[in-house]
Amino acid sequence: MRLTLARREALWAFVFLAIPLAFFLYFRILPTFQALWLSLYEWHADPSQRRFVGLEHYARLLTDPVLRRALFNTLLYTLLGIPSQIALGLVIALLLQRVPFGRDFFRAIYFAPYVTPAVAVAWVWSWMLSPHFGLVNELLALLGIPPQPFLQSPSQALPTVTWVVVWQNLGFQVVLFLAGLESIPRQYYEAARIDGAEGWRLFRHITWPLLNPVLVFSVVIGTIGYLQLFTQVVNLNFTDQGGPLNSTLTLALYIYQLAFLRFQLGYAATVTVLLFALILLITLVQLKLLTRRVEL
Amino acid sequence: MKRLLAFCAVLLPLALAQGVTITYWQYEFRSKVEAINELIRRFEAQNPGIKVVHQTFPYDAFQQKVAAAIPAGQGPDVVNLYYGWAPTWVKAGYLVPLPEDWTRRLDQDFVAMAQAAKVGGKLYGVPTAVRSLALFYNKDLFRQAGIAGPPKTWEEFIAVGQKLTVKQGGRFTQIGYGIAPDGQDHHLVREVLVRQFGGRPYSDDGKRVLYQGEAGLKALSFYTDWVRKHEIGVPGFFPGNNGYRDGFIAGRIAMIIDGSFAIGTIQQGARFNWGVAELPLERPGGRKANFGSFWMHGLTPLATGPKREAALRFLAFITSEETQRYWLEKVGELPASKNLIRDPKLSLHPIYGPFVLSLAYAKATPFVDEAAQRKVMVDAINRVLLQGTDPAQSLRLAAEEEQKILDQFWR
Repeated sequence: MRLTLARREALWAFVFLAIPLAFFLYFRILPTFQALWLSLYEWHADPSQRRFVGLEHYARLLTDPVLRRALFNTLLYTLLGIPSQIALGLVIALLLQRVPFGRDFFRAIYFAPYVTPAVAVAWVWSWMLSPHFGLVNELLALLGIPPQPFLQSPSQALPTVTWVVVWQNLGFQVVLFLAGLESIPRQYYEAARIDGAEGWRLFRHITWPLLNPVLVFSVVIGTIGYLQLFTQVVNLNFTDQGGPLNSTLTLALYIYQLAFLRFQLGYAATVTVLLFALILLITLVQLKLLTRRVEL
Repeated sequence: MKRLLAFCAVLLPLALAQGVTITYWQYEFRSKVEAINELIRRFEAQNPGIKVVHQTFPYDAFQQKVAAAIPAGQGPDVVNLYYGWAPTWVKAGYLVPLPEDWTRRLDQDFVAMAQAAKVGGKLYGVPTAVRSLALFYNKDLFRQAGIAGPPKTWEEFIAVGQKLTVKQGGRFTQIGYGIAPDGQDHHLVREVLVRQFGGRPYSDDGKRVLYQGEAGLKALSFYTDWVRKHEIGVPGFFPGNNGYRDGFIAGRIAMIIDGSFAIGTIQQGARFNWGVAELPLERPGGRKANFGSFWMHGLTPLATGPKREAALRFLAFITSEETQRYWLEKVGELPASKNLIRDPKLSLHPIYGPFVLSLAYAKATPFVDEAAQRKVMVDAINRVLLQGTDPAQSLRLAAEEEQKILDQFWR
């Protein structure tokens, strides 16, 4: 059989794609199914001694108050973090776009936290937020506000951790929006101005709709990030991780504690399945709701 | 393919009958790593057929590595672990019991708390060194405040603590006591105060929580009053991992209660005169109590055949009295052998002394799920300190929660 050139090229493309595909299947997809399988067993280091427990772990999900707290916290992080991150990122990107010079300098400044290791960031912030020595409380004192406990208060800790994460992600968000803004053709604005549009209307009818692909990407990727939040939470309260009183505990951290501090890998796998389902569901809904065609 | 591998696995040790290689894992701690390296050199010289590979991991990644490596057949034959982790590890199949004669050796030669290395009546490890708690105090700050010596009773402790606490506006600049529920203080409440006040934290078989009684309530109320009523300290005064110890080293905290394992760090860091004292008592001549703990060396299911023999020999070597003596000099941890801690040179030592004397009455908490049980007590304290919950209610919640963990394990 003779192949056309196009078919031959496609065939080669498939051959080359097969290599990363095999890698992906083996290291990404297979473990996902293994977690599903593991969630039906009581963990034991020796595979022959793993006891089949059926849906027992899933029943435990329903009666586990710590899990409920972790789930609630995780969703709260996402609900607080994503809108703040997007709004601040967009405002800063729009301002940066107006800066006639030194834009790269500002961009580098905003981007720096993103590439700083999360552990170092957590360390520095835990000092800045200290009720007794922290810079933040000194600034508040200048405004006549009494010292706040921030990370040590069960009610303030979660918003505080969210703030640190938003601050750290902001640079990436700004860069994304800047790229999106740059890609909008100037002609649209010029045409709209000739028709008499200014300021807010330019933003509403041109910038905002044309930024939609960036927005969808940011929301989806950002949400997945918040749903998997781990490093900052662990390091901001190292000796009582997820504390005080589980007020900062996330699903990912709970999975880690169950699996590697309490060696309950079966139940940990069950929580992983829950997290997987949650991310899948939220991502699909977001893609459905946010993606839209823009017609000009 | 599988059969071929199994065949090789059987054949290989036979072919190398005189060349057994075993692996030892511990977490990364400089003086311990250096000590084990030296001990391996000595052991290999005495046992020419055996080679020991020593691997270390950062503390926070240690259990994770063990959890993943052993099921994959890649992990250690001999492993170092905190005694409180043993039940969790045993249940999940990461440790195998030691031979019968080892149980006799432990019962005869080791300090009483080493019994905590047994799970369900079987022995799963042996320690080289043990630790207890004591009061570290800043002698310079004491002298400046005109205080003669370390407090002997809790009443004195509070009075001294108040003198040494400096507050400006709503913020502390120096505190009398480095309060740390998630440091060593959850042990202090559970094992020290409850017993000093005439109670018992657990039943003798470790299966029932008993601290919800009168002594427990007195212990939790008394401890939380240090912050709420007497203001001799504030939680999280210094941020970060072990902030209470950092604050002491920085000279901002006058007293901390810490384990003997902290001696080295404080010795290296503190730029002032400091001392160690046995924990204060309820009243002069009152009941003494202390929390004892240890890291032990256990055998994993990977140590089979000739490797098991070699691993047991290595285990005997690193837990011998000779090693324990070396360990004290090199790492600064107290020996686990009854004989060695009777040595007056040790009990009269100005720094080791208070810890050694405490070992005689120290008890190790019978943890079955250390991470979860620690959290129960830390949360019990935090509910009172951070949320203003009534101590009685907080304690009741804690006891219920911990009883569930115990029941779950022993069912």
